[in-house]
Amino acid sequence: MAVDVDHSVVKSADHGTMLEYSTEDGALKILGFWFFLAQDMILFACLFATYLILHNRTAGGPSAMQLFDVPGFAAETFILLTSSFTYGIATFQMRNNRLKSMLIWMGITVLLGLSFVSLELKEFITYVLQGATISRSAFLSAFFTLVGTHGLHVTLGIFWMISVMIQLVKRGLTPVTARKAFIVGLYWHFLDVIWVFIFTVVYLTGVMK
Amino acid sequence: MGGVKQFLSHFFVTGPFEIGGDVSIGLVSLAILFVLTRYKLWGWLWRNWLTSVDHKKIGIMYMLAALLMLFRGGVDALMIRTQLALPNSQFLGAEHYDQIFTTHGTIMILFMAMPFIFAMMNIVVPLQLGARDVAFPYLNAISFWLFFFGAMLLNISFVIGGSPDAGWVNYPPLAELQFSPGPGDNFYLLSILISGIGSVATGINFLVTILKMRAPGMSLMKMPMFSWAVFATCIDIIFAFPALTIALGLEFADRILGAHFFTLNGGGNPMMYVNLFWMWGHPEVYIVILPAFGIYSEVVATFSRKRLFGYTAMVTSLLLIAIASYFVWLHHFFTMGAGADVNTFFAIASMFIAIPTGVKIFNWLFTMFRGRIRMTIPMMWVIAFIPNFVIGGSTGVMLAAAPADYQYHNSYFLVAHFHQVLIGGVVYGMLAGMYYWWPKMFGFILEERFAKWGFWLFNIGFYVCFMPQYPLGLMGMTRRMYTYPAGLGWSSLNMISTVGAFVMGIGFIFIVLNIVSSIRHPVKDTTGDPWDARTLEWSLPSPAPHYNFARIPVIDSRDQWWEMKQKGMTKPDDSTPLAPIHMPKNSGKPFIMGVLFFIAGFGFVFNWYVLAGLGLLGVVITLFARSFDYDTDYYIPVDEVKHSEAAFGRS
Ligand code: HEM
Ligand SMILES: [Cu+2]
Repeated sequence: MAVDVDHSVVKSADHGTMLEYSTEDGALKILGFWFFLAQDMILFACLFATYLILHNRTAGGPSAMQLFDVPGFAAETFILLTSSFTYGIATFQMRNNRLKSMLIWMGITVLLGLSFVSLELKEFITYVLQGATISRSAFLSAFFTLVGTHGLHVTLGIFWMISVMIQLVKRGLTPVTARKAFIVGLYWHFLDVIWVFIFTVVYLTGVMK
Repeated sequence: MGGVKQFLSHFFVTGPFEIGGDVSIGLVSLAILFVLTRYKLWGWLWRNWLTSVDHKKIGIMYMLAALLMLFRGGVDALMIRTQLALPNSQFLGAEHYDQIFTTHGTIMILFMAMPFIFAMMNIVVPLQLGARDVAFPYLNAISFWLFFFGAMLLNISFVIGGSPDAGWVNYPPLAELQFSPGPGDNFYLLSILISGIGSVATGINFLVTILKMRAPGMSLMKMPMFSWAVFATCIDIIFAFPALTIALGLEFADRILGAHFFTLNGGGNPMMYVNLFWMWGHPEVYIVILPAFGIYSEVVATFSRKRLFGYTAMVTSLLLIAIASYFVWLHHFFTMGAGADVNTFFAIASMFIAIPTGVKIFNWLFTMFRGRIRMTIPMMWVIAFIPNFVIGGSTGVMLAAAPADYQYHNSYFLVAHFHQVLIGGVVYGMLAGMYYWWPKMFGFILEERFAKWGFWLFNIGFYVCFMPQYPLGLMGMTRRMYTYPAGLGWSSLNMISTVGAFVMGIGFIFIVLNIVSSIRHPVKDTTGDPWDARTLEWSLPSPAPHYNFARIPVIDSRDQWWEMKQKGMTKPDDSTPLAPIHMPKNSGKPFIMGVLFFIAGFGFVFNWYVLAGLGLLGVVITLFARSFDYDTDYYIPVDEVKHSEAAFGRS
């Protein structure tokens, strides 16, 4: 960030004309964000490992098989995967410098994100009302923490995306706003990937046994 | 009224040591407030330090904090050793003893060693790379303030609420609510969680800096060895710290949400915590030693007036150590009984680490071999480190022999091992770095007389203190016992060890005196290159201007500055025209964010969730406020650069 004139050697030679990579500062922040995602991946890996160790420890409480509701988590999965796709379209529109339709697709992504979070909340509330709380068993502690951490990430992502949309409206597409939109997108796709693992490791394996 | 009184007596810890603590904290704070107000320094402090995003200033603040924490942790250590000097001693009592060894370990690893390596990274890396700052200066300031307020949170536990007392590793089930009720353990969890965010951010920041901000021409294999060491450390930080965050976060969930991750009932599994903790914990010991290795490499080359021997082997071994350190964590609990095959794997992996470490030791020795050695203070610390690490490494290999470890585990043998590598390796390295780069930070050199006293007392004290602990361990003395009966044959060795600890304490006082007397009678460093050194930072005036390099140098060799001097240059090339310099603006938000995290942490410690929620909300608002702030940098005009370069006799 401190140097943008002198380090031109590293300036995005391989990223062609993409706006988000067009300044050195932008390129640095995107790389930094990749490393952030790397550490976030380890964070989730630890939560997955904990879940795998504890998922049979139901302490006489409800098991995954008894709890999970197939249409419910299938809908969550469908919505989140779609939202990744719609954000992909938003990025595509950004590349083509079409701010307005970019904003529309971002808006759709936000709505999908919101519906995902509300479905997840509804799922959690249903469980809690059945007495399946975080303190019921080790399995439930691991379940709520893993899935809840992902949900918290999504919630933060929604607010973040809205804030980037406001900045886009105020300032138009500049190297800075493009970089911000691109980074939120990385984050969003990353959460999608994590969800794919949650879907398989937690939900599918949970209902299959 | 009665309720208030009862609340207060739980809130403030009352007891002779704590009241002593209260009084001294109160007096020091009053003195600081008085000086700042009397000399109208508030504005200066805020503008020049608290809001600074300059890596050099952040580095200096890290260093001051680390020295302060070394003092606090050192006082803890002396109290521990006083308690153990004689059999059947009642100086501290079990409860205080437990608290003090817990805060001692926690502070020394997380709030002394970590900030000390961050200090050196901050002060040196951008200067060595020919950069004007780190990749993300604002984030760098956030990292510092999260560390700082995390450390404060742990430290106030001594007088408010009560200190944690479940050991620096905080194993469940002891650390669970059932056995450690009250706020003490929460202080441990929250302070480390908060400062841990900062550490990860620092890892990312310096990794990007090293990858992307090297001066033109500096290929990775032309990079100075300290920067390579920081590179390896950053990789370890990024991939190890999340495991700690999860271990502590889940334990915290057990404590405040009633979850069952590591509890004995409800299906929990305490060993899961132990695994997660050491998946961070072992890489952590390399996170703190690798930068020290980097410092040794720089100092040895400079004061032997030779190129570092075996550069490529040094880089390779750094990277091998960084990677291998992920595959040894289980050696911290061979006694868990994972089975012969698992233990064998981890034993062999642990012993393997000794190979690249040995390579490094030989390379330092070969660098000195036939060199023109100058026995300066930094060099003395380096030479003293070598025997320490040879012994510490050998006892490490002994501990890594899984069957034998059933005997050594959690005995004083282990305590002696890790102090030998952590003090003899990390602390010696940081002190070497402090003496070596001091002129670059402050523009004057630390005088040698007190420094030598400090060195010899600390070094002799070290052996007197820790050598007896190896036999004590073999004789059966276990760690964390607050007292022992007479007649076991342990008494005299314990007494000797305590004497050694106090000698080290006196050594520390000499180091502080050394700093104070050098401030009062400074020997100015007028050239910027007092040691006739080799790397880029010494081509700048001391202290370096805030933009570091008026012109970014072009690199063509490994010891760039040395090669330039061989060509007869006395300062960097200044024939090219100057250009305006792009710089980040100072900001108060990182400091405010630190305060807000502190408030949130404090709220969680006492289960005051409204306060905690307000603190977190504040953090989020600050984040968004920053995101909407587009006025974050500025240009220094050419005239100003010219003016300030002229003040250094350059153009
Ligand atoms: C050749 C290299 C090394 C080997 C083979 C080695 C091996 C070991 C083993 C097997 C243990 C566990 C013993 C037990 O709990 O019974 C241990 C503990 C420890 N080592 Fe090392 N070690 C090495 C280097 C280092 C270095 C370089 C550091 C730090 C800079 C370090 C710091 C520690 C610490 C802090 C502990 C104990 C932590 C605790 O239980 O509180 N070791 N080491
Ligand atoms: Cu280890």
